[in-house]
Amino acid sequence: MIAFVLRRLASAVPTLFIVVTISFFLMRFAPGGPFNLERPLPPATMENLVRTYQLDQPLWRQYATYVSNAVTGDFGPSYVYKDNSVAELIGKGLPYSMELGFYALLLALIGGVAMGTVAALRQNSALDFGIMSLATVGTTVPNFVVGPVLTLIFAIVLSWLPAGGWGDGSLRFLILPMIALALPQLAVFARLTRGSMIEALHADHIRTVRAYGLPSRVVVVTHAMRGAMLPVVSYLAPCAAALLTGSAVVETIFTIPGVGRYFVLGAINRDYTLVMGTVILIAIFVIVFNLLVDILYGLLDPRVRHD
Amino acid sequence: MAETNETILAIRELKVNFTTPDGTVNAVKGIDLDVRAGETLAVVGESGSGKSQTMMGIMGLLARNGAVTGSAMYRGKELIGVPPAELNKVRGAKVTMIFQEPMTSLDPLYPIGRQIAEPIVHHRGGSYKEARKRVLELLELVGIPEPARRIDSYPHELSGGQRQRVMIAMALANDPDILIADEPTTALDVTIQAQILKLLRSLQERFGMAIVLITHDLGIVRHFAERVAVMRRGEVVEQGATADIFDRPTSDYTKMLLAAEPHGRKAPPSDAAPIILEGRDVVVDYRIGGGLFSGGASTFRAVDRVTVRLREGQTIGIVGESGSGKSTLGRALLRLVHSEGRYRFGSTDISGFDRSRMRPLRKAMQLVFQDPYGSLSPRQTVGEIITEGLLVHEPELGKAERDRRAIAALSEVGLDPDARNRYPHEFSGGQRQRIAIARAMILKPKVVILDEPTSALDRSVQGQVIELLRSLQRSHQLSYVFISHDLSVVKAMSDYVVVMKDGRIVEEGETDSIFEAPANAYTKSLIGAAFNI
Repeated sequence: MIAFVLRRLASAVPTLFIVVTISFFLMRFAPGGPFNLERPLPPATMENLVRTYQLDQPLWRQYATYVSNAVTGDFGPSYVYKDNSVAELIGKGLPYSMELGFYALLLALIGGVAMGTVAALRQNSALDFGIMSLATVGTTVPNFVVGPVLTLIFAIVLSWLPAGGWGDGSLRFLILPMIALALPQLAVFARLTRGSMIEALHADHIRTVRAYGLPSRVVVVTHAMRGAMLPVVSYLAPCAAALLTGSAVVETIFTIPGVGRYFVLGAINRDYTLVMGTVILIAIFVIVFNLLVDILYGLLDPRVRHD
Repeated sequence: MAETNETILAIRELKVNFTTPDGTVNAVKGIDLDVRAGETLAVVGESGSGKSQTMMGIMGLLARNGAVTGSAMYRGKELIGVPPAELNKVRGAKVTMIFQEPMTSLDPLYPIGRQIAEPIVHHRGGSYKEARKRVLELLELVGIPEPARRIDSYPHELSGGQRQRVMIAMALANDPDILIADEPTTALDVTIQAQILKLLRSLQERFGMAIVLITHDLGIVRHFAERVAVMRRGEVVEQGATADIFDRPTSDYTKMLLAAEPHGRKAPPSDAAPIILEGRDVVVDYRIGGGLFSGGASTFRAVDRVTVRLREGQTIGIVGESGSGKSTLGRALLRLVHSEGRYRFGSTDISGFDRSRMRPLRKAMQLVFQDPYGSLSPRQTVGEIITEGLLVHEPELGKAERDRRAIAALSEVGLDPDARNRYPHEFSGGQRQRIAIARAMILKPKVVILDEPTSALDRSVQGQVIELLRSLQRSHQLSYVFISHDLSVVKAMSDYVVVMKDGRIVEEGETDSIFEAPANAYTKSLIGAAFNI
């Protein structure tokens, strides 16, 4: 087990390196730069800025400098938020994004699995069709529509919940963004669960436990669900990484000071270092969650146990 | 045996219907059947006869679209139409069941000990800890070696035969009155098959439960059952004592089933017949594991220095149990897997041939697979399937000429030429195997490797396919390599037999000498298991 984890962590190093390299050069080959504003800067100021941030150096040297600094944890200054380093910006925003993302993940997972299971057990009933239609809505309606609609209903018309902001961080402020963030993922979990549950219920070993007179609660929960959770667990890794690193759309609509916005803002402003920082953050989350999920998978399924 | 002749399960007017988009299918059409205390009743029939669905209906295990009506009284207690909670008091305790698929009938996610304990805990109460002692006892009883260690094993760590033993342990756990065995040995190798049947018999002698054996295999019935019920198309066509049924069958269907055992012999080719296909010192290694970060790979030797020489007009039967390397050898002879060794086709040395150099020869070397369902593309018409090879090997043919060849090939294998406009799912297993044979024959091959071509078929259909293969061989001077685990079919089809075990040839020789006077101990046990269960 420990050997497995160490091996996986070792393989994360080249992966991260490749991610860093590709995104560094992609960013640089995109037209424009961090200081190309709508109203051009005076040439002297521009030259000064470029020199300060070492953008006049050859590209390979900038790359080498970036990588060697990044290894020590220095991700450089943001070009746009000039008073902050990238590490500071992410360090400040990440707790908000992670808290919101964690609740959204819980909602999506528990809600989706519960709905998918019910749909599978009542296959082709009105309830099944109802749940699956809802799932279709969840996947097809984008959250920049869901967010404002939720705000309109619950914040403006009913005035039950605040329309945005983090406030004191209490649950009241989190409910609407959490729903907007969770809905598409909840739909995916519901679909996945329904499909694998239907398959699991038709398995030969389910027929066996039925033949041995076990009550349907045991048949469904102990035997069918555990097997049906395997594909769900596989999807957990990319889903958790996506939710915990924040969403630009949801954070903008509900004015939440998370890191999700930085990815989009950084890309629009050609804030090279900020984009790189966000990319590395997401890559680390994906790698870590894939590892966690593989360990969890092994616990669930003895056939793929890593000893 | 505790035979009292008392009827403990009385089935009356039992019907099983399935609702399908094409209307209602009557799988079981109102049958009457009695199971007496301590007896062995065999329910015999071919696929689709309703023999399994009868038992599934009684046990409440039908698919969602299935419905059962009629009556099944177990010791005065109705099992049909009662709420699941009522049925659950009987099934798994007094009436238990083992299934055809030992590989998938156990939950892969739980240790076997826990799965055996589940019905004990459920029906008798108590904790899993308390049940453990009983589970160990049961594992010992069904002959699992080292029960104390095996109790915590997972199903995937056990062989098929061991898994079926675990299922039997589960079935015995609550001292059942009736054990329903649904094709319990069909998925197992012959030697394992014999062991499992012996185990069932000895357990029955000890504990006196009745056994309902559902099977298509008359060989098993003759040695194992006291009474037989023959089913066909949802009806019981004949029932009675085993000896009566075998010696004096009254229904035509039973007579046909009894006559369907493969028979006949093949004469060897003349000594002057030239060698058409040769593989010398064939070795096939499979790499297991290995990856950038996952440590070293190991190799598994599937075929270990085997030499086969096939002469024109000859049929070599390759027999062996699963994992013996017989199918891999067949693929290696056709150069379809990476292998070492020297190969010759006719007078051409094809040892170093790559895929593109093999292609022109493929026309003459064809392969027919076991699974008539998986080996035909469901989205192509039969005509497209069988003429596909012509597009590659005889591209100069026009559409009309291809169609003419398709008609000829289909008639040759005994199918209506109209079949070429239909899709594979519209055909039965036997018809599909004919389509697969037509696909090979349309190219006018010289050598055909037949990989278990009859194993998925019912006995009566099997006989017809064997007849077909024989007549094709005669009319086209074909040479066959016939791979099978079914010794009676091999005996009828081939003039030379190669017995394989663990990738090696343990014995080979002319069919008669192998079957009459086997020299090797393994061959002896194989033949013993197959012909005198």
